[in-house]
Amino acid sequence: MKRHISLAALAVALGCGVANAQYTDGTIKIGVMNDMSGTYSDLSGQGSVIAARMAVEDFGAASKGMKVEIVSADHQNKADVGSNVVRTWIDVDKVDVIVDVPTSSVALAVNEIVRDKNKVFLVSGAAASDLTGPQCTANTIHWTYDTWSLANGTGTAIVKTGGDTWFFLTANYAFGLALERDTAAVVVKNGGKVLGQVRHPFPGTDFSSFLLQAQASKAKIIGLANAGSDTINSIKQASEFGITGGGQNLAALLAFITDVHALGLPIAQGLIMTEAWYWDLNDANRAFTKRFAPQYKGIHPSMVHAGVYSAVTHYLKAVEALKSDADGRAVVAKMKEMPTDDVLFGQGTVRADGRKIHPMYLFEVKKPAESKAPWDYYKLRATIPANEAFRPLAEGGCPLVKG
Amino acid sequence: MFEVFGVSSQALFGQLLIGLINGSFYALLSLGLAVIFGMLNIINFAHGAQYMLGAFCAFFLLNGIDLPLPALAWPPAVTFVRITPGLNYWWALVLAPLIVGATGIVLERLLLRWIYRLDHLYGLLLTFGLALIIEGVFRNYFGSSGLPYTVPEALRGGQNLGFMFLPNYRAWVIAFSLIVCLATWFVIERTKLGSYLRAATENPTLVRAFGINVPRMITLTYGFGVALAALAGVMAAPIYNVSPQMGANLIIVVFAVVVIGGMGSILGAIVTGFGLGLIEGLTKVFFPEASNTVIFVIMAIVLLLRPAGLFGRGT
Repeated sequence: MKRHISLAALAVALGCGVANAQYTDGTIKIGVMNDMSGTYSDLSGQGSVIAARMAVEDFGAASKGMKVEIVSADHQNKADVGSNVVRTWIDVDKVDVIVDVPTSSVALAVNEIVRDKNKVFLVSGAAASDLTGPQCTANTIHWTYDTWSLANGTGTAIVKTGGDTWFFLTANYAFGLALERDTAAVVVKNGGKVLGQVRHPFPGTDFSSFLLQAQASKAKIIGLANAGSDTINSIKQASEFGITGGGQNLAALLAFITDVHALGLPIAQGLIMTEAWYWDLNDANRAFTKRFAPQYKGIHPSMVHAGVYSAVTHYLKAVEALKSDADGRAVVAKMKEMPTDDVLFGQGTVRADGRKIHPMYLFEVKKPAESKAPWDYYKLRATIPANEAFRPLAEGGCPLVKG
Repeated sequence: MFEVFGVSSQALFGQLLIGLINGSFYALLSLGLAVIFGMLNIINFAHGAQYMLGAFCAFFLLNGIDLPLPALAWPPAVTFVRITPGLNYWWALVLAPLIVGATGIVLERLLLRWIYRLDHLYGLLLTFGLALIIEGVFRNYFGSSGLPYTVPEALRGGQNLGFMFLPNYRAWVIAFSLIVCLATWFVIERTKLGSYLRAATENPTLVRAFGINVPRMITLTYGFGVALAALAGVMAAPIYNVSPQMGANLIIVVFAVVVIGGMGSILGAIVTGFGLGLIEGLTKVFFPEASNTVIFVIMAIVLLLRPAGLFGRGT
């Protein structure tokens, strides 16, 4: 608070024009950190920076007298690299809010730092539901999706249509383990059985060995608890080894539109997946995509990109209402108090544990013949209403809720 | 049918075979590295990038490429011309190594030849830098998810071996890489051309005195090593997605293979390549979490006991 006042004084002393709103350094600084060079860089990467910039433009920050600056960095999917970036950002560069951060192990590390430094953390790319469970903080909002919602969407749909025995192929780090845990719980709850699992190093390249183990388990469903190029290679090699032809089915528990694009429809067709957002779902999404894709090598926005847009929009609204960005906890409290409303996700809320609530969608990948244009990939199978899409508040074990 | 530590023999045979398939990639790549190190004394860190170039080359030959042409205008601009050769996998198997090998030759003439007399470290840094640039450029244009490349028509499907389903394409990979590896070994260790090469590395001045064009021989050797990497890239394209970081993921393991086999040893590279593929395959059954690290553990042990590597002659 002291710094807040002194900065305000400084602003007045310098004759700064904006006297009614005081932001640290006079600037709201948004730090977009994600994988800019590796396996997750198409589904997040530079696209998230573009989405954040579009959110700032659409919000009309400049015309409202808010000076917003966006910085970005590559965490290389390593928790130590990510932690260092965030410390430097907050301590030296005075970044106010950290956005995106796929790779759950990195997100969990950043989560701690942002809480200690009292800034804001808006998670779009990471999946581990622990972020709103035991690890929840008053500074973090988990925006787009999480392992529980993926498990709930895809897992339930598959068990209900007869896929009642499962074997997991899991990326051996926080995200994969969380996704496996949450899906296994859903399978068991719906009367299915988990026959086993194999955990592969992250990132991997050759999955044939793990796939053979999955095949030997005789499980009806091989659940892929991995993401990005790991999922792409698993699916590709499963088709090569005749696993899908042999009566077993794959469940890609987390797949993005960019993965489907990389696989091509001949291999990806028929996959069932849960997502929070799809570019061709309505006019607003299509209009956003029309502006987004040309800036991003023609790549269509993933749900992670859309989530970044939505989260940054809501953050700016809260900061505008508070007329300050100095106290991270106050900003997040304001974000939880205000209902969310933006063109991509419509109306929603942010729960006490930091979980953003909106509907989720169960999609099926089209057959090549059904696809009329590039990136025309999904058919909507079901909409999971907002009140069923995420883990019930009481079951997460978030200390903020108990206390 | 019997069981080993709770794993059925069926599963075990399958895993060994898969280990052998991965081993054939290790062998092909480490062979190229060994040839280059043995003859040029260059630690070619760009090998992974050149492997990736091979895969991309196959993709371009089939699906076409937008070739950038600098336009003669101000401000400088680039126009793209689309070329679609429509050449399938078999053409790529021949053409991609030639094209990528040719870029290797240009690289050697322009850059590498200036640093032969310097410490190994300079060659390592130069090629490492090149690898980062090449991979960065490809990521910028093609993204990180990769591009699909399908298995050639003639090699689709597979054989049911009883203990596992062996895709025809994987069988082809083992057979073809074995042939290439053995042919390379034979040429270098058993023919007159090979003996010139080996002599030229030992004492270039003397060999030159016999009227042999040593610099050209070295240039062609580098081109050949690079072509081997590109060949491995073409063979990998239908298995893994063609993606800019496909080489970066593999190169570290391949270097470990070369170190274990003995830097510069041709036979060492081949035998350790296949051998480590097998060991890695077994690790994936008994302790999957460690399958990425097992090769490095073996490398540490080998370096402790035989610092020159299993097949290295030592200096």
